[in-house]
Amino acid sequence: MTALYRKRLLVNRFNLAMSLCTMAFGMTFLLWILWELFANGFAALSPTLFLETTPPPGSAGGLANAIYGSVVIVFVATFLSTPIGILAGIYLAEYGKNGWIARVTRFINDILLSAPSIIMGLFIYTVYVAPAGHFSGWAGSFALALIAIPVVVRTTENMLQLVPSSLREAAVALGAPMWKVILRVTLKAVRGGVVTGILLAVARMSGETAPLLFTALNNQFWSANMNAPMANLPVVIFQFALSPFDDWRLLAWGGALLITLTVLVINILARTVFRQAAVR
Amino acid sequence: MSTSSAALHPPMAVPMDSRTARDPTPPAQRRAAAPWQDWLFERTTMCFALFVLLMLVGIIGALMWTAIPAFEKFGTGFLFTDVWDPVKLRFGALAPIYGTLVTSLIALLIGVPVSFGIALFLTEMCPVILKRPLGTAVELLAAIPSIIYGMWGLFVFAPVFGDYVQPLLTRVFGDLWILGPLFQGAPNGIGMLSAGFILSIMIIPFIASVMRDVFEIVPPVLKESAYGIGATTWEVVWNVVLPYTKVGVIGGVMLGLGRALGETMAVTFVIGNAYRINASLFAPGNSIASALANEFNEAAEPVHRASLIALGLVLFLLTFIVLACSRFLLAQLAKGEGRKT
Repeated sequence: MTALYRKRLLVNRFNLAMSLCTMAFGMTFLLWILWELFANGFAALSPTLFLETTPPPGSAGGLANAIYGSVVIVFVATFLSTPIGILAGIYLAEYGKNGWIARVTRFINDILLSAPSIIMGLFIYTVYVAPAGHFSGWAGSFALALIAIPVVVRTTENMLQLVPSSLREAAVALGAPMWKVILRVTLKAVRGGVVTGILLAVARMSGETAPLLFTALNNQFWSANMNAPMANLPVVIFQFALSPFDDWRLLAWGGALLITLTVLVINILARTVFRQAAVR
Repeated sequence: MSTSSAALHPPMAVPMDSRTARDPTPPAQRRAAAPWQDWLFERTTMCFALFVLLMLVGIIGALMWTAIPAFEKFGTGFLFTDVWDPVKLRFGALAPIYGTLVTSLIALLIGVPVSFGIALFLTEMCPVILKRPLGTAVELLAAIPSIIYGMWGLFVFAPVFGDYVQPLLTRVFGDLWILGPLFQGAPNGIGMLSAGFILSIMIIPFIASVMRDVFEIVPPVLKESAYGIGATTWEVVWNVVLPYTKVGVIGGVMLGLGRALGETMAVTFVIGNAYRINASLFAPGNSIASALANEFNEAAEPVHRASLIALGLVLFLLTFIVLACSRFLLAQLAKGEGRKT
């Protein structure tokens, strides 16, 4: 019997130790990636990175046009996807509930949430870029918006479902019409959570490269024209990182550091906002 | 009696009458003032919900429509031909499909056990004070953009992998009977195995967070009974928690698979971009997503472009099926939970 006990104890110890190792494995890669980003990207961080446009190979330059393009494309995409996502989320949580439209929408939305982002780029290419005949910043925003919508829908619905029915009933009992109850009471009660969803969507969009390849493309020069190909950080990083030129690669590392910091800061910000909202 | 009640009632009735008199609209009409706005609001939100459905229909429809030239020219053979020749304009999807499936399989083989270990650690072993920071740290692995994994994979990971890990794998597994050919070849750090490995790191947070969520819904009574009869932590997890949550765990694994199939940039950097089906996992290959990222903008011929879009359609349908299974399984678990509690 003691042999059996010892064996069980050993198996337990071994497996728990392995579990600890897997955690360490995950953390190692997180820290390794962040370390390399800082080690390689820090040298590229300088005022010129933000002030000058992407250079031809062999000369100095920065990423100003790409940073501007990224910000504008993501901003427009957020602007497009937020109302659509919130209203669809409201339908699922407040009206559709368990009806067939809501059930199917919820199912499809969850699938689109994890669908390959490159497909969104391909889709916008076939329905917008090809008919229009040119790549454009608008197309990039459309593709990113398609990625953001499912994220906003899901968080909005989840948040609205947290609102206790008594709150809705109290508002209805005071004579408020349903649309006012939803917009002024339920949605207001969870605005922290909804903002979290939007922030997470922004974070996800900021790092996406694949959908921009076939839509916004790239532009070597400063361009604020949303109807023309537009420089953006992810595509510039992709192009520069795979180039044989050292100064381009350095810029790529700088851009990579910039994107990652932005995404991580937004993520952590979103989590703290959400936490406060939940505590309240 | 009737006179006395009549004498008693009027004083009570007066304030009520005066109250209704102040608001001249009868109750029925007052309620009728809202419906058209309510109706409008409900329909508007419904339209936006339907917009999500329309996205799916639009994606499938548009990709099918534009892929027609490829299927007209190559027929169903498109899916089973291992040739990709942009010069002679002959295209077959077998090599990219093979690459997609193999890299995703490698990712699952590494990612699933690791995710299980992480979920086990976070639910059963982790000190409460570290639960939140470590859980967030694992989720940050999912927040790092795909292109960052790609750059890191190509410039940092691949050299290390080629110098140390691949020669070791060849030495250990290279002479085995069936596995041998998989681990032979030039250890240059890029190729299917590296791509699969990096994919595994990328899908760990997704699988681990689903596993963690489903492990936490196991009723404490079940675990306590097992501990009560003397089971070790491992025995509780393996014999109680895992059987109870297996549907959800499989759902989580499918979710990870769906992610791995469609991952683009990280794979594009390290897979080597070669249309070849090679026995060795060290050899460069191609996945559907990386083929698209590399070639789409250079594809000038309509049939080349249509073939790439057809590849995209195959990828979308593949991930759609996998993710639909995943959602179905997770929904089953959620339903069961509702019934049992």
